[in-house]
Amino acid sequence: MTDIAQPALTKKDFASDQEVRWCPGCGDYAILNALQKHMAESGADPAKTVFVSGIGCSSRFPYYMNTYGFHTIHGRAPAVATGVKVANPDLDVWIVTGDGDSLSIGGNHLAHILRRNLDVNILMFNNEIYGLTKGQYSPTSPVGTKKKSTPMGSIDRPFEPAQFAVGSQATFVARTVDQDMKHMSKILKAAAAHKGTSFIEILQNCVIFNKDFYATTVEKKVRPDRTVDLVAGEPMIYGADRDKGLRFNGFTVERCSAEEADVWRPDTPSHAPTVLIAGMRDAPEMPVPVGVLRAVEAPVYEVGVNAQVEDAIATKGAGELKDLVYDGEIWTVD
Amino acid sequence: MTPPTAQDTSAGELPLQQLDRVVLRFAGDSGDGMQVTGNQFTRTSALFGNDLATLPDFPAEIRAPVGTRPGVSGFQLQFSSSDIHTPGDQPDVLVAMNPAALMVNIDTLKKGGIVIVNTDAFKATDLKKAKCDTNPLEDGTLDGFRVIEVGINSRVSEALADSPLSNKDKQRCKNFYTLGLMYWVYSRPLEPTLEWLEEKFKGKDDLIAANQTALKAGYNAGDIRELFQGQYEVPKATLQPGTYRNVMGNQALAIGLVAGAKLAGIKPVYCSYPITPASSVLEFLAGYKNHGVVTIQSEDEIAAICSAIGASFAGSLGMTGTSGPGMALKGEAMGLAISTELPLVIVDVQRAGPSTGMPTKVEQSDLLSSIFGRNGDAPMPVIAISKPSDAFELSIDACRIAVQYMTPVILLSDNFIANGAEPWALPDLDTLKPFPVRFTEEKTEDFQSFGRDEKLARPWVKPGTPGMEFRIGGLEKAPSSNISYDPDNHQAMTDMRHQKVRNVADSIPTPEVHGAESGDVLVLGWGSTVGILRQAVENAQAKGQSVSRIHLTHVWPLPHGLDEIFARFKVVLIPEMNVAQMTSLLRGELPDHNYIPFNKVTGQPFLVTEIEAEIKRVLDEHAGA
Repeated sequence: MTDIAQPALTKKDFASDQEVRWCPGCGDYAILNALQKHMAESGADPAKTVFVSGIGCSSRFPYYMNTYGFHTIHGRAPAVATGVKVANPDLDVWIVTGDGDSLSIGGNHLAHILRRNLDVNILMFNNEIYGLTKGQYSPTSPVGTKKKSTPMGSIDRPFEPAQFAVGSQATFVARTVDQDMKHMSKILKAAAAHKGTSFIEILQNCVIFNKDFYATTVEKKVRPDRTVDLVAGEPMIYGADRDKGLRFNGFTVERCSAEEADVWRPDTPSHAPTVLIAGMRDAPEMPVPVGVLRAVEAPVYEVGVNAQVEDAIATKGAGELKDLVYDGEIWTVD
Repeated sequence: MTPPTAQDTSAGELPLQQLDRVVLRFAGDSGDGMQVTGNQFTRTSALFGNDLATLPDFPAEIRAPVGTRPGVSGFQLQFSSSDIHTPGDQPDVLVAMNPAALMVNIDTLKKGGIVIVNTDAFKATDLKKAKCDTNPLEDGTLDGFRVIEVGINSRVSEALADSPLSNKDKQRCKNFYTLGLMYWVYSRPLEPTLEWLEEKFKGKDDLIAANQTALKAGYNAGDIRELFQGQYEVPKATLQPGTYRNVMGNQALAIGLVAGAKLAGIKPVYCSYPITPASSVLEFLAGYKNHGVVTIQSEDEIAAICSAIGASFAGSLGMTGTSGPGMALKGEAMGLAISTELPLVIVDVQRAGPSTGMPTKVEQSDLLSSIFGRNGDAPMPVIAISKPSDAFELSIDACRIAVQYMTPVILLSDNFIANGAEPWALPDLDTLKPFPVRFTEEKTEDFQSFGRDEKLARPWVKPGTPGMEFRIGGLEKAPSSNISYDPDNHQAMTDMRHQKVRNVADSIPTPEVHGAESGDVLVLGWGSTVGILRQAVENAQAKGQSVSRIHLTHVWPLPHGLDEIFARFKVVLIPEMNVAQMTSLLRGELPDHNYIPFNKVTGQPFLVTEIEAEIKRVLDEHAGA
């Protein structure tokens, strides 16, 4: 940071000169808008910000941000971002991905970046469908999804992204909705503040191939009764009248009155509560959880990697090339 | 080595006979420590001043069933008092620790050669494990060889009678007993290995003592006259004046990558997924952290190259290393590096393929896939290391080309180079020419992310630079770096990428012709065949045959001047450990010459005699035509 006062950047300063080419009505517009707003409000430096993406509709995102950006290959954004962040830990790195990119072709890399706890933010746009290839079911589509490649319905069970994430040792997991700008902004802020990998699932409407897949869950009209916004340290209460609650009973979550609701703790030593809460999605009578589902501290990968280099230099001294070449047993022939 | 003749030992003094060169092969079970034994003999011989070359030959299985033929691990080395270029075609001496090791290797032993067998390992059960119906010590298998029988197990037990180690652990010292015996036969000093043991087993005094005792016991056993008629000596070689060390290919390669990054003035970030025989490059580099080397052991091959690309995007020198199967997995990401024009070094330590193939055996069969094996028109420079001692220099050159041309570069090695060792005449580091990277930090009026310099390289802007924000990706882009589907732009960008790689030829030397500048046969090689081809061609030249030799290190783009050189010979003979890949390449690129492929894909290097015979065959067919 420089000492000279710079004029504060606005949302517009984070928009690139490229024409945005998502379908009209796509949920991605709202997310782009929220991100640009977040960047301006958080005082981000465009020069030190890097958006890395894979392949898919969501992965066009970097082209629309006036920051550094890398549109990579399908599923591999976490691996590319790992190189970027390790090479230069000063950069603020954001990964933009979708349900297919991150949980199907890139599932391995997602698991490993979460386990390593690189200090980056992952925005996973989940529309439960393949958009760019024109509407095949995805690894988050419910069983029985009838699309062009599954005319008799999909057979395989979907991933629950939050369960995948905590199973991979994620230190920050959250869920938000493209339609709810206020909530999305709150979650982005919390994710940005977290040291380590922040995994944010954004339920995102694909108006062409999976229109209103969330109509009965997080859609604005039904949201109060069908969604619970989990906030650390507060009781798990939902409903238009804030009269419904959730509580743990052994290895289950059950509905209860607001008074009987348990307090939500995303930082318990075990990630079991997150697994249980995230699993509510399978039960139609239970609300869909949004908010911060997991938040714990753990060592950050790129810090450890670079600390080892510094430690080696401190203990052995900065290496000269001659130390490597003229090493071991040397002999001279005259 | 000349077969030993009967010596008069009645005077009580054992005779010392001088030899020019010896090919020695240790063979035993994978758990017998044959690689350690071979490496110790190599090291001692290097320190003594011999020229040498080695050929480790071990199974892919870490411990195949004990005593079986698939579990045999071998280590061959040639050490000499004169200049040598190969580990030798046929061993003069074979040390066989069990029947399986004997049966797997006996056919390679020179006629009249010495075979030293551990008779304690030839019991009925041992023979059964090795699938021997009869005892090879008795059934005539060893007729024509000079057999020296030593009960190594019992000798080791006797020698270590006072050691507190368990019987099992005592028997693990067998390899040092054997090494001691061979040290006596070839008059080698024990000190380097005694010291090495102290270092290796630091803090484990019982192990140090037992192995040292076994080594000395083996050495002293040499004095038993019934075993050997005398000692041999291979005097110091007359190497070129200079400072030397012994080096393995993967180590020299790793040091070269560090040197390359230092000369470029940027941080090396090496990302790799363990794979035989490339893993030790990662292991060496992980030990060089005090040189500012960052290493990442990635979750898979794709992640490894992608993280390396990410590091280069961020302004470091991304590097990755693998072997054939990993190259196949990295293909799409190589295309990304080509499309985004980022510097990257991709090491491929080739092994026998296809698919998993034979992970510990040598082959040169990734040549065409390295040059062409990606989707789309995706050109990339390819460099081939030919021996451990040139790995340093060529690794530096891979880094130079990567940063000067803003391109990924493939650096080919193979299993023979990776694990082979030879004396390395250490370079004068002051003569290494730096090629410092200059990041673009100011936006000139005509600046474009994919603008071009005189080499056609694009500017390198690193994230963090204010006011230069840009987006890149694998989609086709206009020079501005914005996405473009414009037909003319794709034509122009494809042509540009192609020409840029072609331009690399302007910065590499035309290879030297060894021998007459014109003649009947030009033997052309690339990669690890260099020593064998050199020896075979020198032998042929000594016989007065009209044959010369050329060796390529930069295999793509091809260096300038080859067309003119080839035109001066009737035929170009191309021995390769693949199915004529270089021949196919040259027939396409320089079609006006008579190329004759000579191929071998057994997982073993060529023999000098095989090349000599082929040269003769080709001469008989084409000379004077």
